[in-house]
Amino acid sequence: MSEKSASHTDLLPHLFRLEYTKMTAVLCRHFGLQHIEIAEDIASETFLKAMESWGVNGVPENPAAWLYAVAKNKTKDYLRRQQLFENQVKGALKTPASQDAPEVRFTPEIIQDSQLAMIFAVCNPCNPAEAQICLALQILCGFSITEMADAFLAKTETIKKRLLRAREKLRQDHFEIGELQESAIAERLPTVLRTIYLLFNEGYFSASGSQLIRKDLCAEALRLAHLLSENPLTNTTEANALLALMCYQSSRLEAREDEAGETILFEEQDRDLWSQELIDKGNQYLVNACAGNAVSKYHLEAGIAYWHTTPVATKKWEHILQLYNQLILLEYSPMMALNRTFAYAQVYGPERGIAEAEKLQLTTHSAYHALLAYLWISIDLTKAISYYQQAIQLTKSATEKKTLQRELDKLYTP
Amino acid sequence: MKEFVLIFRLDDPGHMKPSPEQMQERMNWLAGIAAQNKLADKGNTLSVTSGRTVKPGNIVTDGPYTEIKEFISGYIVVKTDTIEEAVELAKGNPIFKLGGNIEVREVIKRD
Repeated sequence: MSEKSASHTDLLPHLFRLEYTKMTAVLCRHFGLQHIEIAEDIASETFLKAMESWGVNGVPENPAAWLYAVAKNKTKDYLRRQQLFENQVKGALKTPASQDAPEVRFTPEIIQDSQLAMIFAVCNPCNPAEAQICLALQILCGFSITEMADAFLAKTETIKKRLLRAREKLRQDHFEIGELQESAIAERLPTVLRTIYLLFNEGYFSASGSQLIRKDLCAEALRLAHLLSENPLTNTTEANALLALMCYQSSRLEAREDEAGETILFEEQDRDLWSQELIDKGNQYLVNACAGNAVSKYHLEAGIAYWHTTPVATKKWEHILQLYNQLILLEYSPMMALNRTFAYAQVYGPERGIAEAEKLQLTTHSAYHALLAYLWISIDLTKAISYYQQAIQLTKSATEKKTLQRELDKLYTP
Repeated sequence: MKEFVLIFRLDDPGHMKPSPEQMQERMNWLAGIAAQNKLADKGNTLSVTSGRTVKPGNIVTDGPYTEIKEFISGYIVVKTDTIEEAVELAKGNPIFKLGGNIEVREVIKRD
């Protein structure tokens, strides 16, 4: 008995993530986006029933099929109840439309189409970026509010409020989730790509939250982008560039932290831990991405990530600097400016790098001081130490503090 | 924050075809301004071969040359608090190695 219950409690969270979002996507398409709560209620009830039933009877042979069968029945029940209500209340006034509502079906094609439609519904520019990410995590990835609060180091109340507001805005926007129109897709694809990109970055770069959940964010972003690449309408060169970028970055996920969960800097990573499989995939997507003439920021970033996967090649940093030069012209961000300056220093040496860095005057950013500290090491150790100390003081992330402290400690040992 | 147009002038059309190294220098300079978040518009290059000057009396002459042999090769727009800052940015441009010059002019916005 204990063995049985262990297996179903292990399986359910995994299945929940995977199937809950598929189920709601299909149901939402069935009921319309404005009735997303009905879809979510049915999906939740289905999992509740699974928890009860599997605890007693054991896990069925095909758990997903079991879940879909229950969801189908629950939908039928819901529609029957609703029709009964409609008939009783309104039947006296007019003849009800007595034709049966079309049955909800869960074929692989329908699931895939529905998920794609759902991505386009959720990534709505009417919501600010951070709200879009939360919505995507909840509706597309099946994350709980606690998990999101954990990932963003925010209070659950904050996340709840953000989601509530975002959902209300979605409802007001009347986005059609039925058939995806080519023009609507073209118009909204940039927002979709942006949301997936931010979702990935949140997992890959944010120094907060548990490592486990952050890896999940990266995996989910990849999964959503894969969905885009499987439909000819959304399999654009930009989508492929984004996929290439995420594959290259993900290839280093295992190598960039030690067993204690501490960050291992790029230069110190064990390259044998890089996933060659993901690098190969990245190469494939990058080739697809270069099929047209369009150069997006995803192309440029994928290019940079590509050069990072190569062994110390000649002119590697020249190429990286050129790509950063183009990127910063497309879009300014303090992080981008600092990364570009790092590449600049790799090409032209620390002295010129320092001069270029000092122009940025990003004195409130811990990374600015960390960069200057790094560049001063070979020139003036006292300056390097003082910059590291400022960087440590400014960072809010515990992991980053540790990493910086470790770099600082190295300077004291001969 | 004010905006200033930097107008680049050269006197040798041959310099319009930069070597890869010169191109890299120019890009470094431009991206360096963008990295300081002081680039308002990355501007454009102006062609020397495809240029005409229109004068009173329907007189059209070949080329961009007005009085002297100097021509405008391109422009960008920067955003800084003062004209001195804009001039500082201009000083880093590799155009001076080619004998070119840069005119810095504040943009007066139309209402």
